[in-house]
Amino acid sequence: MSMHGPIATHRSAAGVPTGRLATWWLLASEIFIFGGLIACFLLFKLSGTPGFEDASLTSVTAGAVNTFVLLTSSLSIVLAHAAIEKGDQKKSFTYIWYTIGAGLVFLGIKTYEYTGKILNGHTITENIFWSFYYTMTGLHALHVIGGMVIMALISFDIRKGYNYQRVELIGIYWHFVDLVWIFLFPLLYIANF
Amino acid sequence: MSEAYAHPNYVKIWFLLVVLLLISVAGPMLEIPVLTIITAFGIAVVKAFLVAANFMHLKFEKQIISFLLILALCLLGVFFFGVAPDIMMTDGDQWIDCIADKSCVEQRL
Repeated sequence: MSMHGPIATHRSAAGVPTGRLATWWLLASEIFIFGGLIACFLLFKLSGTPGFEDASLTSVTAGAVNTFVLLTSSLSIVLAHAAIEKGDQKKSFTYIWYTIGAGLVFLGIKTYEYTGKILNGHTITENIFWSFYYTMTGLHALHVIGGMVIMALISFDIRKGYNYQRVELIGIYWHFVDLVWIFLFPLLYIANF
Repeated sequence: MSEAYAHPNYVKIWFLLVVLLLISVAGPMLEIPVLTIITAFGIAVVKAFLVAANFMHLKFEKQIISFLLILALCLLGVFFFGVAPDIMMTDGDQWIDCIADKSCVEQRL
């Protein structure tokens, strides 16, 4: 383990290393961002606002495959963390890039979905369902892209032998991105109630 | 780096998550609305717990982190129930439909 990391890796005021505590704080704020959107979606849907029947037009297969991809990417990033705890830089590096690859597959499927929907005239301004659909999945996709970029930077750090703790931190973030999708999937693809 | 703890069997948890995913996809095929909601959202909650507890290591984490997340969810509940009447109610003493009575200021997107 590298001992030359930033101060957030050494000190702890709450019994949790500062870097990890900061990651959890970030995720707590993300709960409001995505939770707020999901809450508004449910409020409008439960109040009978017209447009939500368009949920039947989304592709369950594409959504399910993307859920599988994200669940698998969560496995690979947690294996990257387990590997770096044993000091196995090479294995951890490989697992991180598997995760980035899974992120690319996720975005590819999302792009395919977006293209199909837009070509069929289902744009963000069509009705309230599509406004929520593009806002929620678009914001989620931005989080996926952000996570991939950070993972790539971290992978080169650990190959040089420092900042190992960041694998765990980006892992926690990535699992949260997966967790958000776990709720978006039934909401936008399955439950047309 | 995190404190020492025995890592769970991640592949086993991933396999369980995939099985739950398959159930949530199969649920709507029975075309029973209540069952769809249970299989879709009930399973989503179970999957979320599995990911948070095992992949995010919440079960090994200090309790302060769980409190932090529960607090965030409670505040989200305050938002939900605070805003709900404004969106969901369509009658009452204070209810005004300015579009119907043509009293609202013209709004432009």
